[in-house]
Amino acid sequence: MPNEKTPTAEKPSFMAAVKEKYFNIYNSKFRVRGEKYHLGETAVAYTLLTPTIITLILLFVLPLIILLVLSVNDFRVNKGVLDFNGIENFLYLMRAEKFWKAMRNTVIFAVVKLSLDVCLALCVALLLDSKVWCRRVMRTIYFSPVVVPVVACSLIWLWFYDPELGPFNQILGWFGIEPLKWLYSSDTAMGSIIAFSVWHGLGYNVVLLLSGLQSVSGEYLEAAKLDGASEMQIVWHIKLPMLMPIISFVISMGIINAFKAFSEVNVMTPDGGPGYSTAMVVNYIHELAFTNGRFGRGAACSIILFCVIYALTALKDKIGGSKEIDG
Amino acid sequence: MAKQKKLRKDPTNVPGSIVILIGSFIMIFPFVWMILSAFKTPGDVYAYPPKWLPSQWNLDNFKAVFDLIPFWTYYGNSIFTSVVQTFLQISISILAAYALTKLRFPGRNFMYKFLQSSMFVPTVVTIIPTFLIISKMGLVNTYAGIILPQIMSAFTTMLIMSFFVSVPNELLEAARIDGCGYMGCLFKIMLPSSVSGITTAALFSFLGHWKSYQWPLIVTNSTKLRTLPIGLKYLVQESSSEYQVMMAAAVLTVVPVLIVYSIYEKQLVKSITLTGIK
Repeated sequence: MPNEKTPTAEKPSFMAAVKEKYFNIYNSKFRVRGEKYHLGETAVAYTLLTPTIITLILLFVLPLIILLVLSVNDFRVNKGVLDFNGIENFLYLMRAEKFWKAMRNTVIFAVVKLSLDVCLALCVALLLDSKVWCRRVMRTIYFSPVVVPVVACSLIWLWFYDPELGPFNQILGWFGIEPLKWLYSSDTAMGSIIAFSVWHGLGYNVVLLLSGLQSVSGEYLEAAKLDGASEMQIVWHIKLPMLMPIISFVISMGIINAFKAFSEVNVMTPDGGPGYSTAMVVNYIHELAFTNGRFGRGAACSIILFCVIYALTALKDKIGGSKEIDG
Repeated sequence: MAKQKKLRKDPTNVPGSIVILIGSFIMIFPFVWMILSAFKTPGDVYAYPPKWLPSQWNLDNFKAVFDLIPFWTYYGNSIFTSVVQTFLQISISILAAYALTKLRFPGRNFMYKFLQSSMFVPTVVTIIPTFLIISKMGLVNTYAGIILPQIMSAFTTMLIMSFFVSVPNELLEAARIDGCGYMGCLFKIMLPSSVSGITTAALFSFLGHWKSYQWPLIVTNSTKLRTLPIGLKYLVQESSSEYQVMMAAAVLTVVPVLIVYSIYEKQLVKSITLTGIK
């Protein structure tokens, strides 16, 4: 390093001193709003940040601007020209039956799936936290569907739900229950998607809740036991309250993720199911843009989706689910 | 520790164990069904009532998969794109995380806010304009088109930042005095002291890319570029719903994943709790 003071040099030459003072840009300092910064450090930092800045502009800022522009234009793939039409796209969505169906489906999916998910995951986590046979193996099994891609699992469940060839109707038959049409009837299609989705995602929540339970301090439990609290009382008065931050995190993330759901519906009911009863908002956007080629309408719907997700995220932060866990 | 000792003294929760065991059968049943069915003959599948065990074990269905679709190409595509995406994503994130946690420069707060704000916009929202950008760049139906939009993740950067923050500043200062440059500090101090954290982030990121479905579906339409999930989706149409063939394809997809999962289970579960809560 040229700037380092070398103890061997007894007296720096005049030129070296000039160089050190005026030309050593790398080590020079500068001020921004009263704060002193190192020029070299700043240069290194921005060099390191360049890939991030470029990708953020290309994949975050630019798409958002284009999204806003598209949403107030009639843009079709086959024509390829922007045609300003104000809020026409949004008005179209407000009038479109499919849009409201997709919205309703998504809300139903989110609410039903989450209630089932949280209850089941809580039960499983509480049981796995107590002394049961082969806990490690059990945790591995419960978590395994999470790592398998949704599409591969959907293939298996497509067969399960087959009204004639599927094992589900056979099992129902053993109990003398009439066969169901599963994915092929508008009454049961959404339920089938939800059941699949609960199975697929349960392990994730189990693992989260389990880690919460295992961080509950043993002292509280000992104290409660000494005071003669029953197992139910311990769960109700100690474990659940201490789990509340994680439960609220699971719920809020679950709702937001439900609004992003796409794959399972796209694989199991490619055209939105009987009577459009399984299509989610993202599936509707996909259909608008990539099946019908109406990018303007798709963009308008994306903006509505963004507003919903943003509102939910804000609500989550207000309730404080994430903050408590962060601490 | 104390808690584990206490648990060992507790009697086994027998009713709980039974419930958990029944539950685990339900959880694992689809995979068992998948493996059994991959060996079934069409006769077994179309029999009424459905047969649960194959009447004879044969590998015809696996052969049918390879006849119907270029399965290894899909596999290769999936591995290639996921590995490249993970590598780029982790590299970009490491560089940014180092700058944002350990270097002083004007605009640092702004950069952090900028990064953070991108987390509020999920990719499903910007998928239409992203597609337009990629198609303007002429990258539709290319590997770059699949890979590029997924190399940036503010989430991964934040995760790595959380590992970097815990590296003590004194260590870096000492290294600086000893004549170590900024990049030297990154490679000689930051990386070695957060290897396990970065591995976790990489594992998590790889898993996400391996599963990724909507973007590859949109950006590719040639058979050669399909990744595994997309190939499976089209197999449903191309095999005209021959379930036993679909199951053979599913086995080929799922079993390697499950094997890798059972090896790295501990680390993966750790990464979930870490990333889920952070």
